[in-house]
Amino acid sequence: MSSALDHRNVTMPAPGARPRRGTLASVLRLRELPVLIALAVLVLVTYLINPLFLTPQGVKDLLLNATIIIILAAGQTLLIITRNIDLSVGSMLGLVAFATGSIFSAVPGIPIIAVFAIGMAFGAVLGAVNGILVTLAKVPALVITLGTLYVFRGLNNAWAGGKQFFAGDRPDAFGALSVDTVLGFPIITLLALVVVIGVAVYMSGTRPGRDLYAIGSDPDAATAFGIQVSKRVFLAFLANGALAGLAGVLYASRFNSVGATTGTGMELTVVAAAVVGGVAIFGGSGSVAGAALGALLLTTITSSLTALRVDKFWQQAIVGVLILAAIIIDRVASLRTAKKLRISEARNV
Amino acid sequence: MSETTSTSTAPAPMADSTKPLASEPKGKTGAARILASRDAVTIYALIAFLLYAAIAIPRFASPVTTGFLLLDVIPVLLIAMPMTLIIVTGEIDLSVASTAGLTSALMGVLWAGGMDIWLVLAISLLAGVAAGMFNGFLIAVLGLPSLAVTIGTLALFRGLALVIIGDNAVANFPKPLTAFFTSKLGGTGIPTVMIGVVLVMIFFGVLLHFTPFGRGLFAMGYSKEAAGFVGINVARSKFWLYVGSGAVSALAGIYWTLRYTSARSDNASGLELAVIAAVLLGGVSIFGGKGSIPGVIAGVLLIGTLNYALRLARVSDVVLITVTGLLLIFSVVAPSVGAAVKDWRHTRRVRRSFSQKAA
Repeated sequence: MSSALDHRNVTMPAPGARPRRGTLASVLRLRELPVLIALAVLVLVTYLINPLFLTPQGVKDLLLNATIIIILAAGQTLLIITRNIDLSVGSMLGLVAFATGSIFSAVPGIPIIAVFAIGMAFGAVLGAVNGILVTLAKVPALVITLGTLYVFRGLNNAWAGGKQFFAGDRPDAFGALSVDTVLGFPIITLLALVVVIGVAVYMSGTRPGRDLYAIGSDPDAATAFGIQVSKRVFLAFLANGALAGLAGVLYASRFNSVGATTGTGMELTVVAAAVVGGVAIFGGSGSVAGAALGALLLTTITSSLTALRVDKFWQQAIVGVLILAAIIIDRVASLRTAKKLRISEARNV
Repeated sequence: MSETTSTSTAPAPMADSTKPLASEPKGKTGAARILASRDAVTIYALIAFLLYAAIAIPRFASPVTTGFLLLDVIPVLLIAMPMTLIIVTGEIDLSVASTAGLTSALMGVLWAGGMDIWLVLAISLLAGVAAGMFNGFLIAVLGLPSLAVTIGTLALFRGLALVIIGDNAVANFPKPLTAFFTSKLGGTGIPTVMIGVVLVMIFFGVLLHFTPFGRGLFAMGYSKEAAGFVGINVARSKFWLYVGSGAVSALAGIYWTLRYTSARSDNASGLELAVIAAVLLGGVSIFGGKGSIPGVIAGVLLIGTLNYALRLARVSDVVLITVTGLLLIFSVVAPSVGAAVKDWRHTRRVRRSFSQKAA
């Protein structure tokens, strides 16, 4: 035991340990930094031109708009880190949101906490379907979840038909979740924050969480190392489904109506949020905090454009430019790192 | 326990379970290989379903059906051609539907601005080419991942379409032109524009299957590095694929606009997923390196006919989308399950042959 430790101390630092540098340097190396700066600049410029942007109500709206995408992006990060992806999140969210409406209309007095539990369990079941198919089929999740995107949406269509549930069908306490605030933060946004912190701690602080990065960096090496790749990937899909379920319940609380088409097209926004937040699309690097910032940035643009009285039609084009900028920055950064590594390796020889 | 028993037994010759046994059927060659290939299966499924529908569904086998069916699948059929080539190289293009929307918006604004219609068409086509060049530049020259880039340009091109035309819709295109786009070839029910679509299909079919460029694409799908070493210009091939994809997407956008006589920014939205679903159903591997144009055409037509037949049979619209999804999942899960079964049978044979030898 001690000899193994000694050996490691003598020869080289542990693989994770970098040579110590100043706090400033380590902050500057953060992958999330460009997104954070972009967000800060965007908010500042908008505020300077239109001070109404940062009134308590304005801030509350910003956070509320971002909440659902943040939760979905947190789940998506778990998957993208492992080189997987889930395109069916919009359909899953729609199904759970409609289920939430149905539950309230069938059992009017049901406790809200039970609705959350049922919604997340339902989402987890849908996620498990994805997970089983992906680990069974040995084809990229892109294909499988493209299929389940259609299947879940079709089920939602068949179930809901032309029916919709409106805010009036739900108890006031449930709707209040997305109206009431604690210390200026809407309650559902605090929930999203808890989710992000939970996932972040899991991914950076626990063994199974670190395994996800290993799987994404090199699935074969991870297998050879003894990581149960299929099990981890399945659990990631399960967790993503549960989070999509949570987002679905919150969607029902936040928005006026849920029906057959709720959540259509949301999958690309969620993937875009993760990409903008520095989560590499081919796995192995990125953080859930970055993805959450990406989601916040994407949704804040809409409000900023409105506050700046820019034509609302520009919004989507700017989102596109932002995504492209994010991957270009990521590419430049990784090229620089690779160059530095080559130089330092050459010196070691 | 099992460890001790295995070490205590005599040093029996280890079974080489990786190689096929002499008694097992060898890999197929020649005609057998083509007739049993993955794309051939899609073609059989299409033919079987067409026969079934013609017999079982009243009014299915008619020129009217042919006409509506083909008019409906033309945009997917067009875009599926370059998409096949792109997926064969192991890349993807999610921005195709946005490119179609962009050209549609451009057509509307230019025509409403009083430009000559042929000039409008030419500029719209060029806009598609430019969109493809932009994708190609980012992916081939800068070396960025195509999935991420085209998610970005999906939003960008759709956004530009919105910037150009906003909430407006332009509908007053010249009557003869819009009539041409829904006209049929005599009594056959086949739309006249199918001639152009067939030319596009032949072009991409020949390009993929009968040219060195096409063989290079398959090589790239297996390994980009290896393809580079044997002298294939990977970056240049990728660039031109995206240019082709942009051009064909523009054609689809023009078709969409004139067929429905409406230029709107949200034309063809969501089409990218339908195209990819059809291409994968047609036997193209998302890993790259495998696939064929005939298989993809069969895949597109299979989804199109299935949806049309279900609609004729009064199956509600809502089930259609589920059918597409199930078909896609089944088509990718089934081979994997098949391979597992084959593997299991092979292992069993190897075991048996060794126990016979031992006896």
